[in-house]
Amino acid sequence: MTRRTTVTELDVPGRVTAKIFPHPLNAWYAVAWDHEVTAKAPTARTVAGRPLALYRTQDGRPVALDDACWHRLAPLSLGKLVGRDGIQCPYHGLQYNAAGRCTAMPAQPTVNPSALVTSHPVVERHRYVWVWPGDPLLADAATIPDMHQMDSPEWAGDGLTIEAPCNYQLILDNLMDLTHEEFVHGSSIGQAELSESEFTTRHEDDGSVTVTRWMRDVEPPPFWRKNMRDKFPGFEGRVDRWQIIHYYAPSTICIDVGVAEAGTGAPEGDRSRGVNGYVMNTITPETDTTSHYFWAFMRNYRLDSQLITTQLREGVRGVFAEDEAMLVAQQRAIDANPDKVFYSLTVDAGGMWVRRTLDRMLAAEGRALTIPASPASPATAPARATS
Amino acid sequence: MTSRTLHDARVVETTDVAVGARRVVLEPPTGARRRADPGTHLDVRVEVPGGRPEIRSYSVVDSTPDGSRLAITVLRSPTSRGGSAHVHRLRPGDVLRCTAPLQNFPVRIGAQRYLLLAGGVGITALAATARTLTRLGADVDLVYAGRSRDRMPYLQDLQAELGDRVHPAVSEEGDRLDVDALIARTAREAPGTEAYVCGPLGLLDAVTRAWRRHGLPPTALRYETFGSSGRHSAQAFRVQLPALGIETVVEPGSTVLESLQRSGADLMYDCLKGECGLCVLPVRHVDGLVDHRDVYLSEQQREAADSLCVCVSRVAAGPQGREPLLVLDLP
Ligand code: FES
Ligand code: FES
Ligand SMILES: [Fe+2]
Repeated sequence: MTRRTTVTELDVPGRVTAKIFPHPLNAWYAVAWDHEVTAKAPTARTVAGRPLALYRTQDGRPVALDDACWHRLAPLSLGKLVGRDGIQCPYHGLQYNAAGRCTAMPAQPTVNPSALVTSHPVVERHRYVWVWPGDPLLADAATIPDMHQMDSPEWAGDGLTIEAPCNYQLILDNLMDLTHEEFVHGSSIGQAELSESEFTTRHEDDGSVTVTRWMRDVEPPPFWRKNMRDKFPGFEGRVDRWQIIHYYAPSTICIDVGVAEAGTGAPEGDRSRGVNGYVMNTITPETDTTSHYFWAFMRNYRLDSQLITTQLREGVRGVFAEDEAMLVAQQRAIDANPDKVFYSLTVDAGGMWVRRTLDRMLAAEGRALTIPASPASPATAPARATS
Repeated sequence: MTSRTLHDARVVETTDVAVGARRVVLEPPTGARRRADPGTHLDVRVEVPGGRPEIRSYSVVDSTPDGSRLAITVLRSPTSRGGSAHVHRLRPGDVLRCTAPLQNFPVRIGAQRYLLLAGGVGITALAATARTLTRLGADVDLVYAGRSRDRMPYLQDLQAELGDRVHPAVSEEGDRLDVDALIARTAREAPGTEAYVCGPLGLLDAVTRAWRRHGLPPTALRYETFGSSGRHSAQAFRVQLPALGIETVVEPGSTVLESLQRSGADLMYDCLKGECGLCVLPVRHVDGLVDHRDVYLSEQQREAADSLCVCVSRVAAGPQGREPLLVLDLP
């Protein structure tokens, strides 16, 4: 899990096709599902290369401390929770509060005032705990991506985490271009029309990217036929199918997916004769070559059916296992071919805009691959375009 | 951390922001621009009467994100040794020699609640902290004490921006700050509070005493201290270490530790700041007043005066005015 490879730089300036992409630090990353962080015992999790100890205070606030004691760097996550909001180092018993300040040194009457560990900004939102691993003074909760489907009463669903042994950018690529479904997910959601239909790519000033693809009057693949029948028992026939991929910087992708009875107006906005789901994905770089991949499938029909929730979660779990196998194989091939580069196709437009957004964020931190750092150029993209 | 190199910053704006308080906006040269985090200050070179240059420290009240403009605010003090008068003479276009923003009062995020306590122009050290903590969504209260509203810089701005998080205590309006009651309430209602204090020494003393009296954790009280914290000014004194047959003099600019080492003693130390306690030696005898400048020894240990952090602590002349002497043992 701690294996590291060096970032592969570009040989052609202006192109952002580095294979292993560094991750911005000044960003919110989902660090855990809300239920994974408890007031009983700390949890260890590495985010953006930083090992963290996660826990909750007695009044329920999530806390993320650097997982290395000020004294001799023993991991605090092996310690225990003490008092209202504290954690005790398992080695010599130093205690810290939620702000990371040492509050007790068992072997002496006073406390060294410089004894502290970094406490990172933490926000609980959309069923996840989010942490800001970079400069705490730049954190602004308003920039947490909109994943309201996760906890809105109009949507129901559930998800899981994949511990993916690959660079986070590979997962973003995978989600920004769904033409791979025909080949990777042939038995569930794949179909030939995915590659044949037109798509548009849009990007906004805030770095967000949208890829839209409509497949009109197609045979529904098995996954979607089943969903249609959940809502419209006995459904037969052809559908209009859509995939609208919304990317939010740095690494959240919410995909509006669905099918509606062919010719009933879904492309024009009337989805009443169809089923609609949202595939929620937020990817957290763990190291350069490992990622925490949090996903969920949310739907806006048959909200009270736990059976459907479970079936959809298990169905998507199977689909994503196919992606994971490919991503692992791809990362291995990248490691085995350090001198070979990536080339791009038109289907990569979305993924390429994602790279540009990430590179601008890195530039603002003075770590860009291709854009020279300049204090005068903040991490914003130019005017939107369509391809 | 940050270098103390002085550079020429251009004065771009001067405004009176309260009675006797002048806001000066500076534009550092391109190469010396650095984001000014809350709690940072500038070391500024001022001319005092007689032409001697001296260094003063002024908090950065606010700044642009890239550090291209920094504001300080200086109170014209009637007892000024010349520093504030110098700053008050500045006009747009003038040059002020100063450092890049230096940090010695950093805010840490993650506390359950923050109590910021400013007295008068002490607000300059806390205004940016209050704004930042508010933006981060922290639970923060800013208590701002002053004599009259027209002597409280930025009060209106802060109230407009932070609303009822700002609690003014204006003594001429009969609303004198009751430090003890405030700290008592904190201890009762929010013992997880981290307090940041900046203001006149009297305020600081009152807060420190109340903090201790109400049993709050000492590490949760932070205050701005510029320079040495000794009760007595540094003077030369004799130190003896009979176990090694050493007798030497500690000059004002040196420490017991350095002097003993120079005389050949092999001593253990680490932080050199009076924090770790590794340098503590037993005291056999003192002629004079022990000036404990460490934070390692507890109050009881200080009163007993049978041990000393030799990296920072000193001895000053007692009332008899004899040459001070310190006799140390080895542990
Ligand atoms: S390493 Fe944590 S107390 Fe010593
Ligand atoms: S060396 Fe740390 S207290 Fe003296
Ligand atoms: Fe896939």
